[in-house]
Amino acid sequence: MKALDIKLWRELWDMRMQALAIAMVIVSGVGIFIMSLSTLDSLYETRESYYREHHFAHIFASLKRAPLSLAKRIEEIPGVDKVETRVVAYVNLDVEGFTDPVSGHILSLPDNSRGLLNQIYLRSGRLIEPGHDNEIVLSEEFARAHKLRPGDKLGATINGRRKKLTIVGLALSPEYIYQIAPGAMFPDYARYGVLWMARQPLATAYDMDGAFNNVTLTLDRTMGRGANEQTVIDALDDILKDYGGIGTIARKDQFSNRFLSEELKQQRTIATVFPVIFFGVAAFLLNVVISRLIRLQREEIATLKAFGYSDLAIGLHYLKLVLMIVSIGVVIGIVAGILMGKGMSNIYMDFYSLPYMIYVLKPQVIIAAALISTGVAVMGTLYAVNSAASLPPAQAMRPELPAKYHTTLVERLGLQHWLSQPTRMILRHIERRPLKSLLTTLGIAMACGIMMVSGFQEGAINYMVDVQFGMSQRDDLMAIYTEPTSERSLYSLRNVQGVEHVEGFRDVPARLRFEHRSYRTAVNGVEPDGSLMRLLDTELKRIELPQGGVVLTDYLAELLHIKTGNILSIEVLEGSRPTVQVPVAGIAKQYLGVNAYMRLDALNQLLKEGNALSGALLKVDQRYIRDIYRELKDMPRVAGVVEHKSAIQSFYDTVAESILFFTFISMLLGSSIAFGVIYNSMRIALSERNRELASLRVLGFERGEVAYILLGELALFTLLAIPLGFLIGYGLCAYLASQFESDLYRVPLVLSQDVYAFSALVVLLSSIVSAIMIWRNLAHLDMVAVLKSKE
Amino acid sequence: MDELQQPPRESSSNAVVFHVHGVTKIYQMGEVQVPALRGIDLDLYNGEFAVLLGASGSGKSTLLNILGGLDTPTEGHVLYGDRDLTRASEKELTAYRRYHVGFVFQFYNLIPSLTARENVAVVTEIAKSPMQPEDALQLVGLGERIHHFPAQLSGGEQQRVAIARAIAKNPDVLLCDEPTGALDSQTGVVVLQALQRVNRQLGTTTAVITHNAGIAQMADRVIHLADGRISQVDINETRVDASELSW
Ligand SMILES: Nc1ncnc2c1ncn2[C@@H]1O[C@H](COP(=O)(O)OP(=O)(O)OP(=O)(O)O)[C@@H](O)[C@H]1O
Ligand SMILES: [Mg+2]
Repeated sequence: MKALDIKLWRELWDMRMQALAIAMVIVSGVGIFIMSLSTLDSLYETRESYYREHHFAHIFASLKRAPLSLAKRIEEIPGVDKVETRVVAYVNLDVEGFTDPVSGHILSLPDNSRGLLNQIYLRSGRLIEPGHDNEIVLSEEFARAHKLRPGDKLGATINGRRKKLTIVGLALSPEYIYQIAPGAMFPDYARYGVLWMARQPLATAYDMDGAFNNVTLTLDRTMGRGANEQTVIDALDDILKDYGGIGTIARKDQFSNRFLSEELKQQRTIATVFPVIFFGVAAFLLNVVISRLIRLQREEIATLKAFGYSDLAIGLHYLKLVLMIVSIGVVIGIVAGILMGKGMSNIYMDFYSLPYMIYVLKPQVIIAAALISTGVAVMGTLYAVNSAASLPPAQAMRPELPAKYHTTLVERLGLQHWLSQPTRMILRHIERRPLKSLLTTLGIAMACGIMMVSGFQEGAINYMVDVQFGMSQRDDLMAIYTEPTSERSLYSLRNVQGVEHVEGFRDVPARLRFEHRSYRTAVNGVEPDGSLMRLLDTELKRIELPQGGVVLTDYLAELLHIKTGNILSIEVLEGSRPTVQVPVAGIAKQYLGVNAYMRLDALNQLLKEGNALSGALLKVDQRYIRDIYRELKDMPRVAGVVEHKSAIQSFYDTVAESILFFTFISMLLGSSIAFGVIYNSMRIALSERNRELASLRVLGFERGEVAYILLGELALFTLLAIPLGFLIGYGLCAYLASQFESDLYRVPLVLSQDVYAFSALVVLLSSIVSAIMIWRNLAHLDMVAVLKSKE
Repeated sequence: MDELQQPPRESSSNAVVFHVHGVTKIYQMGEVQVPALRGIDLDLYNGEFAVLLGASGSGKSTLLNILGGLDTPTEGHVLYGDRDLTRASEKELTAYRRYHVGFVFQFYNLIPSLTARENVAVVTEIAKSPMQPEDALQLVGLGERIHHFPAQLSGGEQQRVAIARAIAKNPDVLLCDEPTGALDSQTGVVVLQALQRVNRQLGTTTAVITHNAGIAQMADRVIHLADGRISQVDINETRVDASELSW
C-alpha cells in the first residue's frame, strides 16, 4: 500500500469514534432513503401486479336495484371492456364466543369462480360450489382474527334472517386491500369482515333475482384510458340514474385504493424530508471534522508539497478520507435500508391484506443513495479540501498565527464581574466561531426536531380519536338500517333495556358543487339538539345547526373554495334526485372524512321523503351493552352495528407494537444525530484547545475545572438547541401534517408536553454520553507531550 | 562580488546549479510591506556544500524556499540549470520539487501517523530513481529504527529520518533549514555527518541554513545574509570534518 494511504487508514483509525459518529448519521439518511423508496416501489409494484392479475375494476357503482338486462347497455358504453354485476349487502355477523358487534360486506360470486373482475385470491379451502347455498368464502384477515378455518361456521343476519354459513375458503381481494368498516377510522379485522357468497342465494335473500345492486367494469386499455374514463362514468351515471344509482366512482376514488395511495404519498414525503436532514447534518459534521484535520496538518501538507506532491494529490488524499467515512455510512446504510425496507414491506403486507409482496429494490435507488450522500459530503468538505490543496507550501511552514480572540459582547456590556475566568473562556471561544457555534446548535436542534416527529404521529392519532369519538361522535353504538326507515323505528330502539338515549340520523349520497368545483360525499342529517353527534368548530366549541343551512367539514370547504354565506348546490344521488341550493351556515373541524351536515328535518324536507332515517346513534348503559347488541342483531331493519370505541381499542392493540418499533427507530435516528454533532464538536474543541487545557492543568487546575471549560460550552449549546429544536420539530410536524392531509383524514398538529419532554430527554442523554466520553479523554490529556510539542 | 563568481574549490564540476539574480521578496502584511529579501545575486555550484548564516529575520528561510520552488520571488530570476524557476507554473514547480530537490526542515516535519520507513517511502514512491527507504535510513544510521513512529524517536533521530527522507530520492540539491536548530551539540554532529556523507558520496549540491557559526567550518562556502542582502561570502580553505565540530 502507498505510504499516503497508510497514513489515511491510520488517521481514520485514530478518529474512529468521530468517523463512526458521522457514519451513523449517514447510515440513518441512506437507510431511511432506501427503506422508504424501496418500500414505495414494492408497494407500487405489488399493487400493480395484484390489480392486473386479479382484474381489479376501473370503475365502480352502487345502485338500488336494476334488472340484469341493463348490463348489456353498460357493456355498450364506448370504452368499456368487461362488466360484472353483483349483489352486495352490508350485514351483521355473529362469531361464536365473540360478543362485540361485528359487521361485514357480503358480495356475490359466480359459482366455482373467483369472479370476473376484482377476483379474489384464494388462500386456503375452495371456491363455492353450485347448489351449496350456505357456503361462503371469508376474508382471511377476519378469519385469522377469530381463528376461523374452512369448515367452521359463521352466523350472519341476511336481510333480517339469521343464517348459519359454512366457511369453505379463505381469500383476499384487491378491492379490500385496506379493509375498513364504513365510518371507521382504522382497519379492525375482528369487527369487520368481507364475505363472498353464491349469487343465487344472496340474490334471493335480497330480492335481487335477475337483478343487481352493484356493478364494476374495466376499461378497454387499447384506447387512451384517462381520456374516456370520465365519459364512461358520466354515461354510467346516466344509465343508473333511474335505478337508484348513488354515483359512479373511478378506481382512484375507490376506498381501499385511496387509502393505499395516501399511504404511498406519505412514504414519499418521508423518503425526501428525512434523508435531506441527515445528509445535511452529515455534510456539516464532515466539514467541521475535515477542516479541523486539515488545519492540524498544515505542516504535513506543506511538507508533502515540498517533496513534490501536487495540489491535486493532496486534495484527493483528503477527499479519500471523506469518501472512506461516507462509504462506511453508505454500505451500512444500504444494508440497513434493505433490511428495514423488507421489514416495512412485510409490515405493510400484513397491515394491508396483500396476498404477497414483491420486494422491489431498484438499482437506481441504491445508486441515488450513494451518489446523493457522497455528493453532499463532498460538497460539504470541498471548501476545506480545496484549502488544503491550495495551501501555499512556504506559508504553511510558518506556524499558524495565534487565534484572534476578543472580549465578548457580554463583557463589553460590563458584565465581566459576574463571569469567572473559565466562563469567559467559554464565551470568547463561542464568539470567535459564531457560525460554527450556530451550526452546532442547529445540528443538535435537528436531532430534537426529528425526535418530535415520532412522538407527534402517536399523539396526533390520540388527539384525533379524542376529538372525533370523545367530543364529536359520542354514541356508544351506531345502528345502520338496511334502507331509509321512518322515525318510528326509534321507539323500538328506545324500548330495548339499557338504552339510555337514541338519536336518528340520515345519510344521503350527494354531489356538492360550488362554482366549477364539485365533490361527491354524503349529506348527514342530524338531530339539531342531539347530544350524540355534535359539530365542533376549530376551538372545539359546539356549532348550532341553523334551520336552513348546511355545515361543511373544514377540509371540504377548502376543497370547494367555499365560505360561510356562500350558496352550495347539493345534487342528491338518491330517490327523486333533487338538486337544491343551500347556504353554508358554518365550518366544522373534523379530522376524519369530509361531510356536509344539515338538520335532520331540513334534510328530509329537501328530499320530500317524510321523516326517514338511515340509522340511529345509541347511548347505552355499558352493563347491558352485550344484550342490547344481541337484540339489535335480531332487528330486520338493522343491517349493521358499529361500536367505535372497541374498534379503536383493538386498533391500538394491533399497532401498539409497531408504534413502539417506530418510536425506537426514530429515537435511534435522533440520537445518532445528537451524538454525532455533540461528540464531534466536543472532540474538535478538545483538539483545538488541547494545549490551552493542558497548560491550565499544569498551572494546577483540576480536571473538573478544565472540563468545565469544554463541557460548559456543550451545556450551553445543548440548552440553546432544545428550544430551537422544539421550533424545528414543530415546523417539521406542521410540514408532515400538511403533506399527510387528504379528504380521508387530516392529521392534527398537536404536540403534547410528553413529546417535547421526550425529545429534550433524548438530546440531553446524548449530550451526557458525549460528555462522559470527553471526560475520559480529558483524563488522558498529556500535559508533558502537549507542552513539549510545538503547534 | 568577485568571490561570488568563483567556483568552489573542491567541487567535482564547475557547473552552476543555481543562478540567482536580483531576487527580492516583499511580504504584504495587510497595509504593511515586509521586505524579506532586497536584491540577492548568488550562484551555487554543482556538488558544493554551502552554509547560509545570518541573524534571525535576515531572510535565510525565504531564500531557501525560493531556491526550493516553495515560494516565488517578488522580483528577479532564479535559474536552476537553464530553467527559470520564476517563470515556472505551479505544475512545473511541483515536478521540480518532486524530481530534483530534497528538503530538511528545522522542525523535522515528519508525518506522525507514519513510521520512519513510511515517512521515507512517501517521498520515494513518487520519485524517479529513488533508493530503498531502508538504505536511506541505513545511511543516516537508523537501520534499526525503521518501524518506529516519530513519537517514539528522539529529536535527533527524527531529524535523521527527515534527512533520510530528503536524500532517499537521490535529489540533485539538498536544502536544509536549520537542521540542527533543535538539537544538542552531540546529536547535531551526527545529523551533520549524515549530511556531509550524502554531499561527499553522492555529490549532492547542499545548502544548509544555520545560526551556528561553528557549523560554517564544514562548508565549502559560507554565505552571510543580513537584512535581506548578502553581506559577505567566505570560502573555506579547508573543510573541517563534521565529526570534529562541537558547540
Ligand atoms: N509569510 C510571511 N508573511 C509576512 N512576513 C514574512 C513571511 N515570511 C517571512 N516574513 C518576514 O520576512 C523576514 C524574513 O523572514 P525569514 O523567515 O526568511 O527569516 P530567517 O532568516 O529565516 O529568520 P529565522 O532565523 O528566525 O528563521 C522576516 O522579517 C519575517 O518576519
Ligand atoms: Mg528561518
